[in-house]
Amino acid sequence: MKDFILPTRMANGDIDMGTPRSKSTNMVTLKIDGFDVTVPEGTSVMRASAEAGIQVPKLCASDNLEAFGSCRLCVVEIEGRRGTPASCTTPVGEGMIVKTQSSKVKKIRKGVMELYISDHPLDCLTCAANGDCELQDMAGMVGLRDVRYEAVANHFEARNSSGDVNTQFIPKDDSNPYFTYDPAKCIVCSRCVRACEEVQGTFALTITGTGFDSRVSAGAGGDDFMSSDCVSCGACVQACPTATLQEKSVIEMGTPERSVITTCAYCGVGCSFKAELNGDELVRMTPYKHGEANRGHSCVKGRFAWGYANHSDRILDPMIRDKITDPWREVSWDEAISYTATKLRDLQSKHGVKSIGGITSSRCTNEETYLVQKMIRSTFGNNNTDTCARVCHSPTGYGLKTTFGTSAGTQNFDSVEETDVVIIIGANPTDGHPVFASRLKKRLRAGAKLIVIDPRRTDIVKSAHIEAQHHLPLLPGTNVAVLSSIAHVIVTEGLMDEEFIRTRCNWDEFAHYAEFISDLRHSPEATAMLTGVDAQELRAAAKLFATGGNGSIYYGLGVTEHSQGSTTVMAIANLAMMTGNLGKNGVGVNPLRGQNNVQGACDMGSFPHELPGYRHVSDDATREVFEAIWGTTIDPEPGLRIPNMLDAAVDGTFKGIYIQGEDILQSDPDTKHVQAGLAAMECVIVHDLFLNETANYAHVFLPGSTFLEKDGTFTNAERRINRVRKVMAPKNGYADWEVTMLLANAMNSGWTYTHPSQIMDEIAATTPGFANVNYEMLETRGSVQWPCNDDNPDGSPIMHVDGFARGKGQFIITEYVATDEKTGPRFPLLLTTGRILSQYNVGAQTRRTENSVWHEEDLLEIHPHDAEVRGIRDGQYVRLASRAGETQLKAQITDRVSTGVVYTTFHHPDTQANVITTDYSDWATNCPEYKVTAVQVALSNGPSEWQEDYNAQAEQSRRILPAAE
Amino acid sequence: MSPDKINRMINQIATFFETQPDADKAGCVADHLKEFWEPRMLEQLADHMKSGGDGLSPLAHEGSQRVLDMPA
Repeated sequence: MKDFILPTRMANGDIDMGTPRSKSTNMVTLKIDGFDVTVPEGTSVMRASAEAGIQVPKLCASDNLEAFGSCRLCVVEIEGRRGTPASCTTPVGEGMIVKTQSSKVKKIRKGVMELYISDHPLDCLTCAANGDCELQDMAGMVGLRDVRYEAVANHFEARNSSGDVNTQFIPKDDSNPYFTYDPAKCIVCSRCVRACEEVQGTFALTITGTGFDSRVSAGAGGDDFMSSDCVSCGACVQACPTATLQEKSVIEMGTPERSVITTCAYCGVGCSFKAELNGDELVRMTPYKHGEANRGHSCVKGRFAWGYANHSDRILDPMIRDKITDPWREVSWDEAISYTATKLRDLQSKHGVKSIGGITSSRCTNEETYLVQKMIRSTFGNNNTDTCARVCHSPTGYGLKTTFGTSAGTQNFDSVEETDVVIIIGANPTDGHPVFASRLKKRLRAGAKLIVIDPRRTDIVKSAHIEAQHHLPLLPGTNVAVLSSIAHVIVTEGLMDEEFIRTRCNWDEFAHYAEFISDLRHSPEATAMLTGVDAQELRAAAKLFATGGNGSIYYGLGVTEHSQGSTTVMAIANLAMMTGNLGKNGVGVNPLRGQNNVQGACDMGSFPHELPGYRHVSDDATREVFEAIWGTTIDPEPGLRIPNMLDAAVDGTFKGIYIQGEDILQSDPDTKHVQAGLAAMECVIVHDLFLNETANYAHVFLPGSTFLEKDGTFTNAERRINRVRKVMAPKNGYADWEVTMLLANAMNSGWTYTHPSQIMDEIAATTPGFANVNYEMLETRGSVQWPCNDDNPDGSPIMHVDGFARGKGQFIITEYVATDEKTGPRFPLLLTTGRILSQYNVGAQTRRTENSVWHEEDLLEIHPHDAEVRGIRDGQYVRLASRAGETQLKAQITDRVSTGVVYTTFHHPDTQANVITTDYSDWATNCPEYKVTAVQVALSNGPSEWQEDYNAQAEQSRRILPAAE
Repeated sequence: MSPDKINRMINQIATFFETQPDADKAGCVADHLKEFWEPRMLEQLADHMKSGGDGLSPLAHEGSQRVLDMPA
């Protein structure tokens, strides 16, 4: 008997089961072609057949889309039922007897295929989908041998046999830089339209016309793919069974012959992808359907924006120079490494052991990050290590550790499927975390409610078939006041979950908190004056969150990057605890992490005060664990954080820095201060793919490797440890972990790693939350969420299930304190910053891809009223000035921002939004206050003096001498 | 690091702990500084305190003194 069979991961798991999995726990047994099959109730006959290993022919069905029943190829016969039902739309029934291959259905299928093929160009041999075409496969499967119909009226010939123009012919649309739409090859199965709706949630595609006139169409009449709402996520291309929607890379290079499962190196969603190749030439990246973070979906960055790996700007040879005013000199790896090691040791002998340090990369693997902090702590002999999380989610670490006991989000991404009310605060998921946003939008379309707390009307507030119940457009810098007001409403109206608080938290502590928060100064009416949020709207939102079922909170850098960032994180934790929204599916506190491995970089001990696993360096027992394995002693005092390193450099006590995969000059606030710090150092080592902005101040450039060129792991925002697999040899000669090891060994470390798996073994041996993690396990399981140890052998999809990591959850008093950054007559507007879908972070990768067609420069969003009083028209250059600096960029007039607020992105070095931002920071962690800067905007007469000086210096600094013969 | 920056950072920390229910608020400020501040930053703080610690709020001042009194 064939029993219920789980889909295997064979052939990289590419078997399409035809329709989605049923979540029912009631099992139904039926007979298909003589085999007994037991499947969950609600499963389609098509899927049940696939579970039994029997594939029913299909064209319009796919297991990531709801059944549609249009192609009529999947018809079957069911005993006792009349006719030939479509197996995709027919649910299984107990005792059902199904025949998938009767003479009747075979004849029907052949007839259907014959009709399809009669209106399809038979150019298979030269077609881009040759060998990867379901129409071709199905024609073969049903045994189609001849086509009796003549294609008199058709969609694929530009001219008919008498030479007249065929009005049904639509030429190919190649407006999108990454894929083409060729209507001549379309069979109108609607899979692309459904993928755009169901998977991506953008609704950019539709079927126009009826009958023979039915056509797939992007946007409204006259639109092409580029001008439509299409976000280029690739879901339609993935869904297309023919060459109608086809990657341009496949058209150019041919169909790939092998694939390797790996993890995307863009945002913190951490999507699993199949890298598909010919030899070592990457042909395309396709989302991996068994990836547990993305469940087969992707965005424009991970799916298409990988061309930077081969960009001509990439530096492949090490370079050194004595002074930053010199041109670069290409040298051998040996020379570069020994030059660097000597220089660093010289600095230490002259200026002390603590005069150097380093920055780990949130774009590199866990293993690489672990090695960099190990080199700093054990080879350099100090704790001057930090990472880009300093400038993004360090308050998350502090806040969640204080309240819950663990510095991480509480849920997995699947959890969103069971949420009923979502609060999104300070995050713009459709741009920053698009694949998560698609999963969220799917849940919202199914009826979940949404509250958005954001100064801007982001796309998630209102878009196709989505509308937030409440948008609270607060003034930047007032997060704590708004969250405290929400808590005030919940507590004063008695809407809290008393049982949860009594069992999971300390009741006396809550009672003290309740007394604090019940004070009238926290009421929405009292805070409205400073937050700008309508009191009634806030009250309604608070009630909805407290009473609407499973409540989840998702947040981003709009929460953390404030002078009260840590306090805001704790206010979020308070809200989740008081409403009992922790420890199960559909709830939780969910930080949306910016970079692919920010979580991992923090886990791996990148912070100057913490060894791997978030244990303070002053803890003797922890230091002993590492000292025993490393064979060196570890400094028990915390090291310098990034802003402190820059301060110390200006003070003259910090002289050398090793920066792996991070561009602090562009990404960190108060650019002039960063410049001054870097310029004051005597040895700046940049280890990166490109001559980034920081490299303008570097003395050593060590070429980096891309995520395609190395083995390792990334840990995403849901604590999921996912494999990164080497699909090609490093073009620069070494994976990044090897480069770090070369440098450490040149400084007498004697490391002997030959594969990143050995580094993971060392991490597991030293870090309790990773105790049971190893590469063999990841090969079998695919991925695992930490903590993964003897207590949680299968990892931890949801945290704090029975109790908090710290024991009882802690309520924290969250008094609102206004930032020192205040508007006034000179700087009357508030600038807040963010990112856009097509570009990523400082843009080093995405600017070197076709993604720039969507966003070629940073724009300043300004409200029509603020623009009008300044005489600014849309598209004009404006001068943006703060007390820190000034720059010039183009204005975009929009009511997406409120009056008094302006907004821009920081993707382009020509703009350098961070020359405007200040050195104010979070009270607990020094995380910079990027999100609030008082500014003035005025019409501009050209680039600012600073921009001109900066560009001149950058050009001068990037000169490379021809290599010596 | 300028005295202004030292003042701003420690005053921010003190402002938070001022609102907390802990009995020993100055101890909380001192612990926070001990946990996160690198020794040379504490040395700069010591210099600032020697010249009076002007600009520090009373709690920030007390917390600063307490961290400097802690054994290394």
